[in-house]
Amino acid sequence: MTAPRAVALALAISILGSLALVAIYVFGGSIQLQGIGLALALGGLGTAIVIWAVGLIEAPIEVEERHSFAAQEREASIAEGAADGEQISRRRFLSRLLAGAGAILTAALVLPAFSLGPQPGTDLFRTAWRRGMRLVDAGNQPLRPDDIVLDSVTTVFPEGFVGRPDTQTLLIKVRPSDLALPSGRDAWAPEGCIAYSKVCTHAGCPVGLYRAREHLLLCPCHQSTFDVLRGATPIFGPAARPLPQLPMEVDPEGYLVALGDFPEPIGPGFWDMTHIPADGG
Amino acid sequence: MLTWIDERLGLADWARAGLRKVFPDHWSFLLGEVALFCLVVLVLTGVFLTLFYVPDATTVTYSGPWLPLRGQTVSAAYDSVMRLSFEVRAGLVMRQIHHWAALVFVAAIVVHLLRIFFTGAFRRPREINWLIGIGLLLLALAMGITGYSLPDDLLSGTGLRVIYSVVIAIPFIGPYLAFLVFGGEFPTSEIISRLFVFHVMLLPALLIGGVLVHLAILVRQKHSQYAVPRATEHNVVGRAFWPSQAFKSTGLAILTAAVLALMGGLVQINPIWSYGPFDATTVSSPAQPDWYVGWLDGALRLFPPIEITALGVTIPSPFIPGVLLPGIAFGIMTLWPFLEAWVTGEHAEHQILDGPRQRPLRTAFGVAGLLVFVILTLAGGNDVVALIFGVPVEAMTNILRVAIVVVPLLGFGLTYRVCTEMRDARAGIGHPRMVRLRRTSAGGFEEDDPD
Ligand code: FES
Repeated sequence: MTAPRAVALALAISILGSLALVAIYVFGGSIQLQGIGLALALGGLGTAIVIWAVGLIEAPIEVEERHSFAAQEREASIAEGAADGEQISRRRFLSRLLAGAGAILTAALVLPAFSLGPQPGTDLFRTAWRRGMRLVDAGNQPLRPDDIVLDSVTTVFPEGFVGRPDTQTLLIKVRPSDLALPSGRDAWAPEGCIAYSKVCTHAGCPVGLYRAREHLLLCPCHQSTFDVLRGATPIFGPAARPLPQLPMEVDPEGYLVALGDFPEPIGPGFWDMTHIPADGG
Repeated sequence: MLTWIDERLGLADWARAGLRKVFPDHWSFLLGEVALFCLVVLVLTGVFLTLFYVPDATTVTYSGPWLPLRGQTVSAAYDSVMRLSFEVRAGLVMRQIHHWAALVFVAAIVVHLLRIFFTGAFRRPREINWLIGIGLLLLALAMGITGYSLPDDLLSGTGLRVIYSVVIAIPFIGPYLAFLVFGGEFPTSEIISRLFVFHVMLLPALLIGGVLVHLAILVRQKHSQYAVPRATEHNVVGRAFWPSQAFKSTGLAILTAAVLALMGGLVQINPIWSYGPFDATTVSSPAQPDWYVGWLDGALRLFPPIEITALGVTIPSPFIPGVLLPGIAFGIMTLWPFLEAWVTGEHAEHQILDGPRQRPLRTAFGVAGLLVFVILTLAGGNDVVALIFGVPVEAMTNILRVAIVVVPLLGFGLTYRVCTEMRDARAGIGHPRMVRLRRTSAGGFEEDDPD
């Protein structure tokens, strides 16, 4: 086999190895296969370069004088090289193949970066709130409307998920007659108890402050202000979306329970937030 | 002994040339050096901190000497920084020197960059070093942000959360990117150990490598210089590295360290025990980030509540102030040497620096950019500023919303005007000039040059 053929073959093996690596990463494969794939990819590339050096590069033997550093001088030698047209086009083809093999190998080597995190899937669209889940406070106590003091605010979670960041919800009690909720939501606030996601719709900070006299929720991060009586519409600051409201009712034992998850994604926005993926959940 | 080494390595000529290297003698050439010395202090103190820090989000019960936190659940990372601060001898002073050094490091880089900008030192042949410099600035910022977040306290956790929200606001790939970087939906237990790897391995390797290239290019190209007597486009006028510059720089290095030591010892910084450990359901207020990210927080605060949904696509409100604005700002900065050369049509080599007044347009643009930075930084602390001026936060925000548009424009116009007038006054255009004449020995008159 001629040297150029051998180089091309070795590069082809390298490319196949890299593609195999990609496939193994995407579809899963054993550690042995991963090792073999990587060895083929690197081995093919290395072999190609070595054959290239030995068989394709005409390098005359050169002599470089050694100087004592006591008397320093420089000498440069220029190597001569001549190549005919056919050699040039063959070399160009091999160079391209080499670059291609290098690029595919790089891609195969970068791929494991995807191990760093899961796919977002439905995580940004859904929280753990489900129909029938009781609202509990940080101490895991379920709550009855009568237990809640007027104009007070409590951070609540779905029972079994206390402390889970994306489920944190603010439970506030107001006079039912003061409420002016968007249409269709009147039933979501039994006895003036109303619940909003605590995750700011601007950049996700917990909306930590409640000005009871004005019924305003304030986010300390960038001062977005939400009107509790009007469905937590933002009235000041950079937040543009209301805090999602948790649909609620009172269960037969008198405890507050969720009617389902928040109707919209909670927290900060993202470009395809209106394309809720179907997940059957 | 030296001869013995030289006979084997042959470095004497090279060293002699190095020692004779001429440095322009102007204080503004030392700003970059200050940054370099801060980096040395950062590495030294950082190594010490690394020996005690535990990059682990696992929760433990705090049982150290700080009574208010006794019995609280904290992360092992937070616990280790508490131990470092209260129980490790010399731990707190190392931590505070490290933090102050980081702030001064970025500040020195920025001031150095401004010097380069306003004197036109980025022009041909120095465009490559300008680009490397911008890269170093970005790395320094990344170092600052990752380091700031390592203690896993409430304040830095809030900062991370905002960063996460900005990342998911990147068009379409945002959520994927955020999940890769953070390891899932914020907050995750992975992030602390990842930040640690970035802060102590990847970023420092890039930063130190970049600094070495930056310096090598500087030596190769030689310094630019101001138009001092005898300076031309083909020489460097100044003092030799040895002994004058070497002594000055050594002194400056030690003095930089001294100032940082003084700040670290006397001025409290980042008291994580008063912020408390990170908790996803609470937030500290007021939350002030380190100075160099305040402008981004300010942009997030000032941007009006606009979130457009059209054609099934939502543009999240943090996108423009959090993604687009810094993208444009750093984009303009990066490309400035090329933009300027393209606009002015000037592609010649420049070794002699401009005075800011000689380039009204560049100077005015720089001033406007600085004003944007200052106002956004003020906006980042708008609650504090409002408190100082005794106005409601809402009013303060509205004032700043107007100011961010008006003030930089005014600054631009004013600077342009002042620079042109100064330049023209120098050149004697537009104004009658007082001239002193002198009788020459030949009987004629000649102008007596006051310069
Ligand atoms: S995160 Fe709430 S206002 Fe920005």
